Amino acid sequence: MDTELTGAEITIRCLQEEGVDYIFGYPGGAVLYIYDELFKQDKVKHVLVRHEQAAVHAADGYARSSNKVGVALVTSGPGVTNAVTGIATAYMDSIPLVIISGQVPTYAIGLDAFQEVDTVGITRPCVKHNFLVKDITELATTIKKAFYIASTGRPGPVLVDIPKDVSQQKTAFAYPESVAMRSYHPVTKGHSGQIKKAVQLILDAKRPMIYAGGGVILSDAAMQLTELVRMLGFPCTNTLMGLGGFPATDKHFVGMLGMHGTYEANMAMQHCDVLIAIGARFDDRVIGNPKHFSNEERKIIHIDIDPSSISKRVKVDVPIVGGVSDVLDELIKLLKARKEKPDQIALKAWWTQVDLWRARDCLKYDRASAIIKPQMVVEKLYQVTKGNAFITSDVGQHQMWAAQFYKFDKPRRWINSGGLGTMGFGLPAAMGVQFANPRGSVACITGEASIQMCIQELSTCKQYGLPLKIVNLNNRYMGMVRQWQEFFHGNRYAESYMDALPNFVKLAESYGHVGMKIEQPGDIEGALKEAFKLKDRLVFMDFITDQTENVFPMIPGGKGLSEMILV
Amino acid sequence: MRHIISLLMENEAGALSRVAGLFSARGYNIESLTVAPTEDPTLSRMTLVTVDSDDVVEQITKQLNKLIEVVKVVDLSDGVHIERELMLVKVRAVDKEREEIKRMVDIFRGRIIDVTDKSYTIELTGTGSKLDAFLDTIERSTILETVRTGASGIGRGERILKA
Repeated sequence: MDTELTGAEITIRCLQEEGVDYIFGYPGGAVLYIYDELFKQDKVKHVLVRHEQAAVHAADGYARSSNKVGVALVTSGPGVTNAVTGIATAYMDSIPLVIISGQVPTYAIGLDAFQEVDTVGITRPCVKHNFLVKDITELATTIKKAFYIASTGRPGPVLVDIPKDVSQQKTAFAYPESVAMRSYHPVTKGHSGQIKKAVQLILDAKRPMIYAGGGVILSDAAMQLTELVRMLGFPCTNTLMGLGGFPATDKHFVGMLGMHGTYEANMAMQHCDVLIAIGARFDDRVIGNPKHFSNEERKIIHIDIDPSSISKRVKVDVPIVGGVSDVLDELIKLLKARKEKPDQIALKAWWTQVDLWRARDCLKYDRASAIIKPQMVVEKLYQVTKGNAFITSDVGQHQMWAAQFYKFDKPRRWINSGGLGTMGFGLPAAMGVQFANPRGSVACITGEASIQMCIQELSTCKQYGLPLKIVNLNNRYMGMVRQWQEFFHGNRYAESYMDALPNFVKLAESYGHVGMKIEQPGDIEGALKEAFKLKDRLVFMDFITDQTENVFPMIPGGKGLSEMILV
Repeated sequence: MRHIISLLMENEAGALSRVAGLFSARGYNIESLTVAPTEDPTLSRMTLVTVDSDDVVEQITKQLNKLIEVVKVVDLSDGVHIERELMLVKVRAVDKEREEIKRMVDIFRGRIIDVTDKSYTIELTGTGSKLDAFLDTIERSTILETVRTGASGIGRGERILKA
């Protein structure tokens, strides 16, 4: 019957049905039939990366900046193991991805075949769900389920492992319109009784605080959060993952909180009497030591789509399980229906206190330094891009400075690996962001250590003409490691010095890009302006920065929120 | 505290390893785990026994519920329930030991299901503590082999776990 399609054709048809425009991948033996089908059509465009880790990071950056499901395609064995870092990164930050992996033919599974690995077993702990498709008649439904599971509830990566013979066999194709799974019913609406309790607590608050995380971004609830904060007049902090969920330039914003959060955000968090946690999970980098956190009495309202996030590290008083967007809609509606307002005199006194903490100016640094201060580079980047760029980052000091000094007013503009802390994320993620936002300015703030973890992607950028702007804060150290060694390991800088660095300017040029080296503080702005003028070129800016600069404030590991080391 | 958790899950390859993997990844302790298909062959029923604080057990049930293939989870210890475990014990039984062991098996309402001139194989069901008690009662040196299934549990009366 010629109306039957091969597994490979079905795979591509499913992607088309899901409206996928880009997939990121790398071919290999087990996915050759799928690549053959990709070749025969042009609806789904394939982006060839140079390493499978980058394929998943790129799909991840694409998803984070667009709220669509990111898709990656890799081959069996090493293709999959290379992808694992990317998958785990997406899993920790709840990013909706579908990863399609090739597998050895069904008859060879378990026989230690060439490029065979137990993909479902290896990825099980770092996916929301995974499937091995052994029967071609289940392929289309499985892919449908994968997209459904990835994008609903608390999002996450879903992997579909397709053996080579399944991609070759034929069956009739019909893409299911919907899926029903008796074991998977993600909630959206919050319990109205709980929301009413929250309203009462909010109205009774004297020292309120709103603490919002990545859940606000994931559920596209930035507008509701902004409305809520402005309506109530409460102070608001964002987590690293939540930046952009509330406008950083708004007067109610007290900065990021946590290990490298602002003094005012951490102090307000510790000393508030009613805490409204929205799409955030009280993790160790945010509240530090939970025992210290609970030394102060406060009532906690916690809105989260994942019941297992509630009362995991901190006991809460009013849990509300539901999608942030739906719950905030309901909360705002109920608050508007009430005539009372929170105690305005108490709120004013609380703001006086918060402003006193703010006056501590915890992010100050030496602006007159003769050596480039990394903070200044980020500040200038913010000014030159007028706060409108998409910023990706790698992991370490530069990531924290980016989070502290680039003021994100819009969601989905700040793309970083918060949970897993994956060095090497920034460049490939920026590629995905650029594909999702072809007209957007995309900059990757990185360091000379992180950038080398996926530097090969400069080649991908050349192939697809991606005009990324790489801001390399080069301090010749793994800065965050060096900082910890300075503070906690008696200045013994074990293996944290980046020796034998490449000439980044020449390296960028050898890939066909523009390279710049900037050594004087006075040259920062000019270099950035020049770089952003080159609209169709990737520019690698190597900023030679102060080697000894540290990120402040800092809460040492195991300490409490109010036990910050300040500048 | 000891908790006995019952769950229904899709009877699919790999579902068991998702549960086992969850316990090892998050450092939860499993005292015993039993699993078999139900009258509906697409569903498996699992009974898990774990000893931990109530907070941790709450996390365990939430995390189990999060697994895509898990249909339902109940902590049977939240209410009245019955649990049973099956044990097979092979003991040395020669001379006057034979009569002594036979009597003990009767007291514990067990059955001897295999006999040779040197050994008995005993089948015993009950709660875990009853099985422990039996093993404590018979002379330790006579025990050649034991095999236990781990607990299976079910709610009393109207408490029903169904998909």
